[in-house]
Amino acid sequence: MNTVHPAAQALDAAPAAAWTHWRLSRADDGIAWLVFDCPGVSVNALSHHALTELTDILNVLSRQPPKGLIITSGKADSFVVGADVSAFESFDDRQNAHGFVVAGWHAFDRLAQVPYPTLALVRGACLGGGLELALACRYCIAVEHPRTTLGLPEVMLGIFPGWGGMRRLPARVGAPMALDMMLSGRNLDASRAVRAGLVDLKVPARLAQASAQRHVVSGAPPRRAVGLGRWLNTGPLRAIAARQARQRVKQRDPHGHYPAPLAIIDMWQRHDGNPLAAPEHVDHLLASPVARNLFRVFHLQERLKRLGKPAVGAQAAAPIARVHVVGAGTMGGDIAAWCALKGLTVTLQDTDSTRVAQAQGRAHALFKRRLRDPLAARAAFDRLVPDPQGDGIGLADLVIEAIVEDVQAKRALYRSIEPRLRVDAVLASNTSSIPLSALVSVLRVPERLVGIHFFNPVARMPLVEIVAATTSGPAFIAQAQQFVGAALGKLPLPVHDTPGFLVNAVLAPYLLEAMRCVDEGMAPAAIDGAMLAYGMPMGPLELADKVGLDVVRAAGETLAPDAQPPAALTSRLAQGHKGEKTEQGFYSWRGGKAIKKQKGGRDVMLARRLLQPLWAQAQKQLDLNVVADADLVDAAMIFGAGYAPFTGGPLHSQNASLDHASLPESVKRLP
Amino acid sequence: MRFQPVYIIDGARSPFLKARNAPGPLTASDLAVQAGRALLLRQPFRPSALSEVILGCAAPSADEANIGRVAALRLNCGPQVPGWTVMRNCASSMQAIDSAMTNIQTGRSSLVLAGGTDALSRAPLLVSEEMTAWLASWYAAKTPRGRWAAIKRMRLSFLKPVIGLLRGLTDPVVGLSMGQTAEELAHRYGITRTEMDAYAARSHRRALEERAASALNTAENNTRPVLIPEIVPVVTPSGTLLAADDGARADSTPEKLAKLKPVFDQPYGNVTAGNSSQVTDGAAWLLLASKEAVQEHGLHPIGRIVDAQWAGLDPTVMGLGPVHAATPILQRHGLGLNDLDLWEINEAFAAQVLGCLRAWQDNTYCQTHFGSGDWGVLDEARLNVEGGAIALGHPVGASGARIVLHLLQMLRQRGLRRGMAAICIGGGQGGAMLVETLDGDTL
Repeated sequence: MNTVHPAAQALDAAPAAAWTHWRLSRADDGIAWLVFDCPGVSVNALSHHALTELTDILNVLSRQPPKGLIITSGKADSFVVGADVSAFESFDDRQNAHGFVVAGWHAFDRLAQVPYPTLALVRGACLGGGLELALACRYCIAVEHPRTTLGLPEVMLGIFPGWGGMRRLPARVGAPMALDMMLSGRNLDASRAVRAGLVDLKVPARLAQASAQRHVVSGAPPRRAVGLGRWLNTGPLRAIAARQARQRVKQRDPHGHYPAPLAIIDMWQRHDGNPLAAPEHVDHLLASPVARNLFRVFHLQERLKRLGKPAVGAQAAAPIARVHVVGAGTMGGDIAAWCALKGLTVTLQDTDSTRVAQAQGRAHALFKRRLRDPLAARAAFDRLVPDPQGDGIGLADLVIEAIVEDVQAKRALYRSIEPRLRVDAVLASNTSSIPLSALVSVLRVPERLVGIHFFNPVARMPLVEIVAATTSGPAFIAQAQQFVGAALGKLPLPVHDTPGFLVNAVLAPYLLEAMRCVDEGMAPAAIDGAMLAYGMPMGPLELADKVGLDVVRAAGETLAPDAQPPAALTSRLAQGHKGEKTEQGFYSWRGGKAIKKQKGGRDVMLARRLLQPLWAQAQKQLDLNVVADADLVDAAMIFGAGYAPFTGGPLHSQNASLDHASLPESVKRLP
Repeated sequence: MRFQPVYIIDGARSPFLKARNAPGPLTASDLAVQAGRALLLRQPFRPSALSEVILGCAAPSADEANIGRVAALRLNCGPQVPGWTVMRNCASSMQAIDSAMTNIQTGRSSLVLAGGTDALSRAPLLVSEEMTAWLASWYAAKTPRGRWAAIKRMRLSFLKPVIGLLRGLTDPVVGLSMGQTAEELAHRYGITRTEMDAYAARSHRRALEERAASALNTAENNTRPVLIPEIVPVVTPSGTLLAADDGARADSTPEKLAKLKPVFDQPYGNVTAGNSSQVTDGAAWLLLASKEAVQEHGLHPIGRIVDAQWAGLDPTVMGLGPVHAATPILQRHGLGLNDLDLWEINEAFAAQVLGCLRAWQDNTYCQTHFGSGDWGVLDEARLNVEGGAIALGHPVGASGARIVLHLLQMLRQRGLRRGMAAICIGGGQGGAMLVETLDGDTL
């Protein structure tokens, strides 16, 4: 985007060359444009250095104040993605981190107090420190763009919006909205930001520059919270808003694993959002292992994202535009829906048209929820094409097989579709329990077979395992990996072709151990309750019900063929109870929800007993080189199975918190 | 030759879904897109290879301006493929086929997707003219006094909605409803209620017999060729599969039909809901190509359109449109009524189809209008042999394309060659097309 006024000129004799992150220019109309453009990177992040330069620029401007100042970004599709978190890399240097908070607070305070009008022109991501920068300006204009999002996600890293966000966001949009955003990390798109009063206007790109120029000198009153939202910012009412917010936090995190939300509420309520006035919170959060682990998770996520991009110096793999999915069950149907949501044209094949129709129905609900714009939702629905005859096979860049987990059925399918494939097409299996090596023999071009293993529910689970068989061609693997990362916006994890790959293999002993506890007479709710208290988003038995008890048994058999499956599992399967899909498993299921008659609570011993086999298996998969290193094991379990993120992952938490010697015998003898 | 033949490559339609006193689950463009994308998916060329998309539609919704273009874009044809809409009431999709044909014949197009769609269940309720005028006066009133005066002029009767569908089915010039034009025909030719009901019952019976027969005629066990089914299932947003027409009823016997009350000329008329076509949602498409396009893409035509004709006549007897359109074709080709293997005459009303048969036997009528003697009796074993719109429904914009496609498929299945599809058009017109199968022929 070229937002700089054509007539703009470098300002005065200012030491422009000395600023490496900002470009300042002044147009003939007296309006100064300040373009944030971090050198050598694709997105802007606020570093200590950038903040120092900003303060310096404000000093220069004060000598000859402009009529108005417009702050915008020199990056194509993002404004500012946040503070430069590499600054937080070494938390041990707490002094440093603290200094960073102070620097940002003062820089933005300074910006908020300049005598001339200021305006942030936002296009693309405006997050964390980026939104705090925008909030320090008098006005904010959002440019319509699919990537324009505004939010304060600091809480997701276990920290807080320390550069004025906790003060200025409630003042701008009212306490309830601001607390919701700060405590959930939720982002707003341009339309919602206007409705919330967070930005003054949303404008199409063609009017971005003109709107900014006219609005900054318009003298319009800046946005302020109105009505109840405003009242809840004031005096004793603030306590009411804070109490309500604390209750919501308690609901979401009943076991208090995450300290940041309560600290944010407190800093807002007692210190009007000024972290400098609340050093006890700042020190505690910056030093807490939770924040440390959440940062770790963030970096792991970034690492997985990079795996979805071409390696440095390598050429991007041929993009995949057209996908064919065979099998319209829960997985196949939802994979196809996700592809259509992401703009790909997908043909969905199944022998049973009713199953395809049901998948289309689920997809329609997904599109409505995620896209909101009815025309965009309709377009996505149109892109998901039922294909009973498999006419789409010959058109597809990628064919994903998601049929029943049966070697013979899969082989027969591959035999029949391979002659119809385009020569360069990738063939992917979504199998979770069958090794690719058992399937590849029927193919004339074995190189093209890879595994692309999604997790259920597809729309919510970010991780996708990319399974490389020994026969898989590197170009096909790269294509699959970049398809998952770039086209689908998921996190690809390269794994080797071993039984259960990574996530299911690690999960299976944990689920089976939970079932053995049932065999011993424990109540399912008590078992799941212990793991919820540990911090898992869902207990193992509920998870087993969700995954499907038949699938769990199959996974268990592939992993440990000789082991006796728990009686709780075999007896339920014998009765035809397979979990959620038959509405009966360890729980009764109604409308996608497990009915729990009682609640379980904290039980550290039980949690350890259940986790022990999971940890052991995680180590085993690592030793088998299923993935490259321990970090990837942790990342996979967090993004593929929801393993409690604040722990940093199974291998990490095991090392950090488990003292083997102190464990009772009953725990130690577990497999 | 006067008329360059145009090749029919393939065709498909949605199930015809009976309107059940509430808006149906799919819009006119939804129906067209779901039927059309299945048709395009099985072709050896990409949708972007189409020269144009032409769609007939009598009642698109307010959100479907130029629904032909809407369908083309939603069918993923790409921005460069033009799309347009034609409206000729009940013959809108026959007009779409005709427009495709003329563009192919003049060389402007080579490969055209043409068809029709309507979601009559979604026809809008309109605000009355009185209400519109009142609203204008309300908005014009600026003072409280003016407003009060406006409020006093308001009458409850202004709020009565105008049913768009009924307006659309009323002749805008002579003021008769379509049902009344059928009553007029019944009167002129002495067609009795019993005859109408018997005809209607036969339509249902033939439609159901055909459905049963095609269910038995599988790839493994067939007595006639197994063709790609005309009907493409559609899926509602909630994920329900709608795979078959839902209008035909086994209990539509003459006895039961005799109990229905007349709807158009009450209380002593003869045309009832039972012996009229049903109000229905549906879409139908044909893929048409020039000889060059057939060769370029390696296509296998299933038939060709040999001739076509439009005709105008007195709007009060619009139901005789098929006679006026088909007769000149017969004359041009030196054919009698029974020289054709099969006939499809769209069943707007039982009285209207029966009226057509009587008109051909009416020497005076034929002399007056065609300068010929009477044409004798059309063998009813050749006419609408698998039922018609009385059983299946008449989604106005889609019916013309449906009868052309269905005629061709029936001919192919029976190993026959030549047939005529004809349709009456509200407002006093008729359209007809002479088609020929091409199975196994090479170009």
